Amino acid sequence: MVVLKDLTKEELYAPGHRLCAGCGPSISIRMALKAARGPIAAVNATGCVEVSTTIFPYTAWRIPWIHALFENTAAVASGLEYAYDALEKRGARKGKVDIIAIGGDGGTFDIGIQALSGMLERGHDIVYLCYDNEAYMNTGIQRSGATPRGAATTTTPAGRVIPGKREWKKDFAGICAAHGISYVATASIGFFSDYMDKMKKAIEVDGPAVIHVLTPCPLGWRSNPADTIKLAKVAVQTGLFPIYEVINGKYKMSMKPGTLLPIEEYFKLQGRFSHLLKPELKDELEAIKKGAEANYKRILGLAGEPVTTQ
Amino acid sequence: MYRKKGKFTGEGVIPYSGEGSTVTIEGAAVCTQTGCAYTGNEAVAYAAKQCNVDVVSAYPITPQTIIVERFSEYVANGEVDTKFLAVESEHSAMSACVGASLGGARVFTSTASQGLALMHEVLYLASGLRCPIVMAVVNRALSAPINIHGDQSDMMGSRDCGWIQLFAENAQESYDLTIQAFKIAEDKGVHLPVSVNLDGFTVSHATESMKACADEDVHKFLPPRESLFKVDPTTPISVGGMALPEYYYEFKRQQEEALQLSKLFVNRVGKEYGKMTGRRYGYLRTYGLEDADAAVISLGSTCGNVRSVARTLRAKGKKVGAIKLWMYRPFPREELFSAIKDLKALAVMDRAISFGAPQGALCSDIAATLLNTGSDIKILNMIYGLGGRDIPPSTINTVFTDTLRAAKTGKVKERINYLDVRE
Repeated sequence: MVVLKDLTKEELYAPGHRLCAGCGPSISIRMALKAARGPIAAVNATGCVEVSTTIFPYTAWRIPWIHALFENTAAVASGLEYAYDALEKRGARKGKVDIIAIGGDGGTFDIGIQALSGMLERGHDIVYLCYDNEAYMNTGIQRSGATPRGAATTTTPAGRVIPGKREWKKDFAGICAAHGISYVATASIGFFSDYMDKMKKAIEVDGPAVIHVLTPCPLGWRSNPADTIKLAKVAVQTGLFPIYEVINGKYKMSMKPGTLLPIEEYFKLQGRFSHLLKPELKDELEAIKKGAEANYKRILGLAGEPVTTQ
Repeated sequence: MYRKKGKFTGEGVIPYSGEGSTVTIEGAAVCTQTGCAYTGNEAVAYAAKQCNVDVVSAYPITPQTIIVERFSEYVANGEVDTKFLAVESEHSAMSACVGASLGGARVFTSTASQGLALMHEVLYLASGLRCPIVMAVVNRALSAPINIHGDQSDMMGSRDCGWIQLFAENAQESYDLTIQAFKIAEDKGVHLPVSVNLDGFTVSHATESMKACADEDVHKFLPPRESLFKVDPTTPISVGGMALPEYYYEFKRQQEEALQLSKLFVNRVGKEYGKMTGRRYGYLRTYGLEDADAAVISLGSTCGNVRSVARTLRAKGKKVGAIKLWMYRPFPREELFSAIKDLKALAVMDRAISFGAPQGALCSDIAATLLNTGSDIKILNMIYGLGGRDIPPSTINTVFTDTLRAAKTGKVKERINYLDVRE
């Protein structure tokens, strides 16, 4: 298990980039690179992390890094992996390079899912890291397939008739696991040791692996930048974002939170859910509670745990 | 360094001498070649095989599929070391090519029509990131209505994507240009992607006799790729970062300079290839222009028909000529002008409609070539062969008749002529 004192002091992800104070995605990248086992190269989808870390002529990346487009990260990474293999075969380069493909939830759940599915199906030795801040934050907080039900975004505003997003979050880990790959995990930057352990496992897997990490966004979630880590914890503790692994198809809970915290504890820290705490929307709040509980129980069931939230 | 202009010497304009396609080059030590019969697609696949490509990433589409199938057979039979990436779309095919090319590999792909259209945004990425990818485009019509046959709407829709664009007339040229394309693309003075275009079915599926070089001669001509830069832990660079208004324009200006300068390399490689094979390539090939009043310019397979009709007419004493454009981008403006400046009339064959534009794309380029030159050449624009409609010699004959009339009268009747269409 990763413990603080064992962490490398080497910062492959340099300070001085232009991401927001309290940016969850930024924290997730720094932690991920600290979990590297050796030479590493990254392919990064268009999104907050990409635009804010490589504004020419600066870069925050002390590793080889490519940004291509929004939806093709998994395909570019596939090509890079094959290039390293081919060059090694003809004696033009030496040594294993761990490739990580990085995308936000929009670039992964939505526009990039075809390329990702192809990468998983073909079995490339690549770690796909999805940092999930639950909307298109870079373009101004629009809903994605990862935005949870009830959240207000600029394309699912909390209006007089429609109280925020109506649809549930996509079961991304389930979709990835259905490709029959050997390692999928959900994680949260609120539990750094668990997250980095999972990154290490993902890198060690021979073949594709997927990490889906929850990364709060103070701008889009309308939360206090100082609460980023707290939010990342409470999301897990309320059962809204269960963290688990799927190892060769077998689900394993990473944490049994015992009694779940009421989801109001999570909602009250964020502006995007504030409308749901109004008395007139108590039915919607109830529906979300029920849905979240059912999802949590579903995962518990898949993991072979006693199905209870008490 | 970007201001260094290539001085125009008239190079790269290759006249046909006599009937054959062979250009005799003095002092050339022509390599031993084997006569063979290949379709255009097979010729391209065979050329890519001989070029020792590191990574091929492709997706099937008619009429390009056979290139991918042949190459898969080479891989399956262990005849090549290439890593073959059979992706889930053309968008991913070109994306994987970009990743592999940035990793330092020699990269090849092929597509057609909708596939090229789906790649569109990635084409700009490949040129903007200076990836020397080689792609065969088997030119095919675009939907709607769906049609699998040949025309050049696909590449014309991508003509501004920053690639070097070459057009082949037949299987032999498809083979020759594919080999040259790698050498041009990967030259450290170029570092740009190259497309080799061959007409769907007319070239891609027609079996023709051609000559192929021995593997070792191709290997000598084209050593393994050495990249100017690569994404590798030994050189941890960031590629594809964000350029805001303070820098973006400079990137694009330099890219244009690189593409314009690349023509010098296209010609140099054409000459070198000519020394090896006896088949000299350049920007364009002319027939009968030394005394012609009227000529027809075209791209791809139509050039053969045009030349054949021109030959018949010349035998009857008509002063006609033909021009085949091998290199469409960068557009060889000075060289083309030097070839056509003494003509009285020129018919421009466009196998695509540039919707809403004053003319077809090639015709617009030729009009721009003549701009501010004081030239009074009469230009006739012919749109033809869309969706695989046949272009028989009788139609070409009509084109020559119209062009000769314009040369004689100094008058052009129609701004655009849509050939052989029911209206």
